Amino acid sequence: MTGLALPTALPEFRPGWYDKKPRMDTANGQELIDESALVELARQGDDAAFSTLVNRYNRKIFRLAKNITQNDEDAEDVLQDAFLKAYTHLDSFHGDSKFYTWVVRIAVNEALMKLRKRRSDKTVSLDEEIDTGEEQVTREIAVWDGDPEQKYGQTELRQILDEAIQNLKPAFRTVFQLRDVEELSTEETAEALDLSVPAVKSRLLRARLQLRERLTRVFKRKGDDALAYM
Amino acid sequence: MLTCKEFLTELNSFLDEETDSLLRVQLEKHINECPNCWVVVDTCKKTMKVFKGMEPQAIPSEVEGRLMEALRRKMAARRCGEA
Repeated sequence: MTGLALPTALPEFRPGWYDKKPRMDTANGQELIDESALVELARQGDDAAFSTLVNRYNRKIFRLAKNITQNDEDAEDVLQDAFLKAYTHLDSFHGDSKFYTWVVRIAVNEALMKLRKRRSDKTVSLDEEIDTGEEQVTREIAVWDGDPEQKYGQTELRQILDEAIQNLKPAFRTVFQLRDVEELSTEETAEALDLSVPAVKSRLLRARLQLRERLTRVFKRKGDDALAYM
Repeated sequence: MLTCKEFLTELNSFLDEETDSLLRVQLEKHINECPNCWVVVDTCKKTMKVFKGMEPQAIPSEVEGRLMEALRRKMAARRCGEA
């Protein structure tokens, strides 16, 4: 116990702060304070601005950590460590990339360390040589039965998608997660994972094809196996 | 006409609309003439769409509470260090 007199709650975001910084963007129908304005304020010591950033991204970082570690406890550790490190090292963030991409990179590193610790007998690396093979995965050729988002309830659909993504190798899963779920660009994904752009593209193609294949087994229209011409 | 193997090599660029216009025409011609590759493209697009549309679940309140508490302690410690 440090004996520190801690405030009872985190400082809250007060819209008035940013009256002189009208840089706004919109997302999901809500007005959002521009990320770079929040980062700048946080760098000047404004803890409320940093808290706003944490509140904005914590769900995404938790999902990312959970998908990489496949473990709730590890994901929580990753979530905390990522934001605490970001707070501690905010001075070293120079805005070369988005703050979110920077935190993603920290979280990915933390998550991979967790994986390595847990599987101490195995190497977990994203830059390992992966057999991307000449032969692409296109065994399941069948059209899907309607729109899965309309056909399935959110909970059931989430379960199907979670199972599909969990079956990918970590190297594919992580690339797909950043590129197609978190919607980072190829270059941002490469930067976050310390991979080359061609390596990201190669892993992304394999991940997309493998997921497509797995989901086709669930979503395909009955009787459409006859469409397999190959 | 491109072979299916050549088409699949360019599939990502096609899905991400990163091809030049000449290659795009060739790729579109291929999927118009090859039902299997059309299905692969269609189901890949749907795969990407369904994952993109999945909003992250809310963090369990106790997990969020512990995160904010850890952050609050860190911030308080820094303020004490600065004082």
